Amino acid sequence: MSSIQVEVLGSGCKKCQQLETNVRAAIAALGLEAEVLHIIDPIEIANRGVMATPALTVNGSVVSKGKVPSSAEIQRLLSA
Amino acid sequence: MFDPFYLFNWLATQIVTRFLGLPINSHLGASLHFFLYDVPKVLTLLLVISFLVGTVQSFLQPERVRQWLAGKRTLGGNVLAATVGIITPFCFCSAVPLFIGFLEAGIPLGITFSYLISAPMVNEVAVILLWGIFGLKVTLLYIGFGVALAIGAGYTIGQLKLEHWVEPFVWQLQRAHSGLTQDQTIAAEHLTWEQRLQQGWYQSHQIVQSVWLYAVVGIAIGAGIHGYIPTAFITQVAGADNPLAVPIAVLLGVPLYANVAGIMPITEALVNKGLPLGTVLAFTMAVTALSLPEMIILRKVLRPQLLAVFISLMTIGIISVGYLFNLLLG
Repeated sequence: MSSIQVEVLGSGCKKCQQLETNVRAAIAALGLEAEVLHIIDPIEIANRGVMATPALTVNGSVVSKGKVPSSAEIQRLLSA
Repeated sequence: MFDPFYLFNWLATQIVTRFLGLPINSHLGASLHFFLYDVPKVLTLLLVISFLVGTVQSFLQPERVRQWLAGKRTLGGNVLAATVGIITPFCFCSAVPLFIGFLEAGIPLGITFSYLISAPMVNEVAVILLWGIFGLKVTLLYIGFGVALAIGAGYTIGQLKLEHWVEPFVWQLQRAHSGLTQDQTIAAEHLTWEQRLQQGWYQSHQIVQSVWLYAVVGIAIGAGIHGYIPTAFITQVAGADNPLAVPIAVLLGVPLYANVAGIMPITEALVNKGLPLGTVLAFTMAVTALSLPEMIILRKVLRPQLLAVFISLMTIGIISVGYLFNLLLG
C-alpha cells in the first residue's frame, strides 16, 4: 500500500489536538501507512487556502475544515 | 413578565429555605440561593443556545462570508461585515488565516477589520451569559454597540489607508494566489440536516466542556459577593461617581480572554451591589474584543503601528461605550 501524507492544520487549540487523535485512530483502523504532520504556523495554514481551523489535508488537498470530523468520517475521507 | 427560569428560582429557594432551613435574606442563605439558581441556569443556557448557534453556523462557512463581502463598497461593506460577525463562528486561532484569506479575495482592509472585531466580540458565550444574567434589553444593547463599534473602527482603519502597515508578505501571497482563490471547496459543503445538527451538538458539547468549570467557580465567587459584601463598598469603589471606573474596568478586561464565562457571574453580583451596568459592559467588551493572545497572533500579519492603531481605536471606542451606557441606563 502506498504511503499517504496527512496534515492536521491548527494552531494547537484543543479541537486541533482532538482532530489529530481522530486522524491517527482512523489511520490505525484502516491499517494505512501514513505520515501525519501537524501544521501550527498560521501563515502556512493560510497558504493552503484554509480560513477556519482545524482543517485536514490528504496528499496536499484540503478535505475538511472548520470542524472536527469523527474517526469514522476521516476513514471515509482517507479511502476516497 | 414571563420568567423562563422561574422553576430554577423556585427550586433554589426551596432547597435553601425548606431543605437547609436558612432564611433567604441571611448571608449564607442569599449566597447559596445565588449559587443554586445560577449554576443550572447558566449551564442550561450554554448547552441549548450553543447547540442552536452551532447548527446555524454550519451554514456560515468563512468561504461563504468571504463571497458575500467580496466586492462590497466601504461603509456598506463594513455594516455587512459587522452584522455577519454576530453569528459566525470565530476562534482567535483562526484570526490570521481568516485575515489573509479575506485580503486575498480583495476584501478591503477596513471591512476585514469590521468582521475581525465583531466576530469575537459578539460571541455566543458572552451573549448567552449577558442574556441569562442581565436580560434581553441589555444583551441587545451590547450587540448593537458591539456592531456599531466594529463598523466605526473598521471604517476608520479603511479611511486611514493603512495597507502599508500590513506585513508585506501578505500582499505577496495575494498575488501568488490570485486566480485560484475561487472557492473550490465550497461546492463540497453540502451537509445534510443530520450533519448540521451533529455539528451543533458537537460545538455545544465542546463549549460546555471548556467553560463549565470557569462558570461554576465564577458563580461561587459571585455568590460570596452577593451574600457577604456590603453594597456601600462597591458603590464607593466603582460606583457611578468614580469617573475612572470605566477605563480601569477596560484595562482589567484585556488579559481575561478565556474566562468570560467565569467573569460574568461575578459582574452580576457586582451589579446587584450597585456597579453601573455600562462599566460592566465595557469590561465585557474588553474581555472579548481586546484579548492578549489574539493581539500576539495578529502581530504575525500586522506591523506594530497598525496593531497600535487597532488597539487604540478599540480602547477609546469601548471606553466611550461604557460612559454612554452609564448615561443611558443610569
